[in-house]
Amino acid sequence: MNPRSVHDIVAFCQELFDDLDFTRAREWKAAQPGRGVIGYMPVYVPREIIHAAGMLALGILGGGADLEVIHGDAYYQSYICRIPRSTLELAVTGRLDFVDGMMFPSTCDVIRNMSGIWKLMFKDKYVRYFDVPQNFKDEVGGVFYENELRELKEGLERISGRKITDEQLNQSIAIYNENRAWVNKVYDFRSSFPWKAPSAEVYLLMRAGMVLPPEEHTLLMQEYIAAAEAENRPMRDNCRVVLTGGFCEQPPLPLIKSLEISGCYIVDDDFMLVNRWIQGDVETTGDPLRNLSRAFLHHSGQTAAKYEPYMDVKGKYLLDIIRKRSADGVIFSAASFCDPALLDQPMMISRVEAQGIPYITLQYAENSGQMQPIREQSGTFADSIKLWSGV
Amino acid sequence: MSGAEVTKSNSQLIQKAMISRNYDRITSGECKVSSTFVPGNLNELLMCFDIANNLPEINAIQNAMRKKSGDMIQEAERSGHSEDVCTYVKADIGMMAKGNIAPNGKPFRDPDMLLLSYSGCFTFMKWFELLREQYKCPTVMLHVPYAADGQPTQNMRDYIVKQLKDEVIPTMEKVSGIKFDIDRLREYLRKSAIAENNLVWMLEQSKRRPSPIDCYFGGVYYMGPIFTAFRGTDEAIQYYDLLRLEIEDRIAKGLCAQTLDGDMPEEKYRLVVEGPPNWTSFREFWQMFAEAGAVVVASSYTKVGGVYDYDGFRHDPDHPLESLADYCLGVYTNRNLPTRVDMLARNLKEYDADGLLINSIKSCNSFSAGQLVMLREIEKLTGKPGAFIETDLVDPRYFSAANVKNRLESYFQMIDQKRRAGGFVTGIAAVGA
Ligand code: SF4
Ligand code: SF4
Repeated sequence: MNPRSVHDIVAFCQELFDDLDFTRAREWKAAQPGRGVIGYMPVYVPREIIHAAGMLALGILGGGADLEVIHGDAYYQSYICRIPRSTLELAVTGRLDFVDGMMFPSTCDVIRNMSGIWKLMFKDKYVRYFDVPQNFKDEVGGVFYENELRELKEGLERISGRKITDEQLNQSIAIYNENRAWVNKVYDFRSSFPWKAPSAEVYLLMRAGMVLPPEEHTLLMQEYIAAAEAENRPMRDNCRVVLTGGFCEQPPLPLIKSLEISGCYIVDDDFMLVNRWIQGDVETTGDPLRNLSRAFLHHSGQTAAKYEPYMDVKGKYLLDIIRKRSADGVIFSAASFCDPALLDQPMMISRVEAQGIPYITLQYAENSGQMQPIREQSGTFADSIKLWSGV
Repeated sequence: MSGAEVTKSNSQLIQKAMISRNYDRITSGECKVSSTFVPGNLNELLMCFDIANNLPEINAIQNAMRKKSGDMIQEAERSGHSEDVCTYVKADIGMMAKGNIAPNGKPFRDPDMLLLSYSGCFTFMKWFELLREQYKCPTVMLHVPYAADGQPTQNMRDYIVKQLKDEVIPTMEKVSGIKFDIDRLREYLRKSAIAENNLVWMLEQSKRRPSPIDCYFGGVYYMGPIFTAFRGTDEAIQYYDLLRLEIEDRIAKGLCAQTLDGDMPEEKYRLVVEGPPNWTSFREFWQMFAEAGAVVVASSYTKVGGVYDYDGFRHDPDHPLESLADYCLGVYTNRNLPTRVDMLARNLKEYDADGLLINSIKSCNSFSAGQLVMLREIEKLTGKPGAFIETDLVDPRYFSAANVKNRLESYFQMIDQKRRAGGFVTGIAAVGA
């Protein structure tokens, strides 16, 4: 078979992205009896355990810009972000009827309370609120977390009807290690050649990882890098920015495109952190739950939903990324009414300001329609960066 | 939770004196001070180290009742804090920017530690990260897992106890220079339980007809000592003893609930309320109920600093650290939505209420996210009409008196209509959400 072109790969990802019925995941489930699907919300769940249970981990990131929310607004007040209402819309319209269970991680109170809504409204589904430790000592938070992972494992065993062995778990960990390595390669590739890997494409490629089994997603990323490397695309005189704060409700795709069109190459972002939350490989020998726990405690990313015990370390993660990616500036983006992102922002801004790094802030909803103001704002930002760096 | 001159009963006067003594202690410089939160408030533990307890939520409420919070919030927004986030946080940050003056008129001293009891609300974590930037003092996180399946698990309890032993107590020892004495803690917890018994007795008196007390507007005063810096003290025991005598007296006289303007002449409507009150127009808000003859017989807000009636929790001197863990796990906002629904539905039945009113707070996701679903469920379970209003805690921009009054009036009419028809009328459509 001929390798696909970038255009075809991206078209495939776009199709997955547009499909709010999750046909691909439905087909995967139907292909073999006994298969199950577990949906999860941002930011992080240990997908390895779902995988080891022979189930598909399906990332649910709201309904996006195109879903018409008819019922969702009756469940959520206007001053709550949009992702819970569009996610509920997906559920009440039957688009998640094939999903056997949902996981709601401890990202914020909205997602936390969604776990209760699911319990009340979808009584036949497995619902798991997934707490991660905010204490990072092995014998304190680590022990708690290992037990939580064990409970999750047992819960999945119950619904899948099969025991999960350590060996299966270690295999799944290895599969996700590889997947993460390729996610990181894509990010590195984009940072090195942002004109060859436009952010909207990288975004769609990462979104594909929300609905595909990890093995397939890994192949897709390999294919994309090979195709993108081969493609000749013009380099633009854009500045390089890190985009942060979009870890939960997603901006509409046109917003990401607008930023690049207006002169900002996104060289790193925090969309779909679950794809690269763990830094480096998780051990694949020994006690897999302990290994997952240690990786979370000591080698995981930083985001507003996670406590930073040390004030002088606060923001270091972002500054390191800025340095690593040789970024010229930061775009602090946040979904409207997003507590974690908005409460964290002043602290992160102070760190960036202290380094003299230029930044802008912007707010969006997953269905924001007007891109012109954002294009103007980021265009001006890009111009000012170029002006200053030229001095 | 102490307001202006709203009531002249002895218990109120005593409470007022207790609160001002605590502010004097906090501002005196004579002892170490910790800031912490009302839900998951470890007052007895702080007392073991002679550390004074400062509660920023209460400071925000005090400022709101004195009409000062609006400027403070705007000050915080000018310095880069989002319009969309919890207004308690912004009132606190704005207060710092405006000189950090305590309600006793003296400047707050910088706290010696921040006790981040992360229980029931995500915002707490960010709030104290923000304060840490300002105060640069020891900050200790106590992560309280969410009781998502209704009941806390042993794993959750063990995790909290370990954090108390490994993190919280050592930090307090370091800050205070005082060695931890578990027997001292036991003694305070014993006292807590005595006051808690009276508190539950008090809550249950509104099952009577007429109810001698209002358990939302009045309730915030009654809960004051136990939710703040007095749980575990002799003062709290005395306060609740006195309050009990006063309520017994009201019962003997057959009085309706006490309001800001004296006793309600007649009890026409009995409501259960979910969600915190609005503080900037607290008096006006209460008057809307009182004038209509509506008394609140039970509310979730009187459980925000600890749930003592629903499943009988009491602080337990025989299991001191475990009982602190259970207390933190059980605060209202740390309970899952089905439990909150069950609690309110039971209140509606057991307190023979006409319906459920939800006061949804614009900037509080912990309470507000999911309330519309709760309303539907509770209507289904009880057959009683519900209504939904929207205000804010301490931001005066989001209290529209006319709007709230209109909605309340329609709600009372709906209850009348239901009584006449002898059947169920759904509240959501009529009152709007
Ligand atoms: S967008 Fe923000 S507030 Fe909304 S669910 Fe996500 S993390 Fe929570
Ligand atoms: S979000 Fe709600 S519970 Fe949390 S601090 Fe603010 S008012 Fe309190």
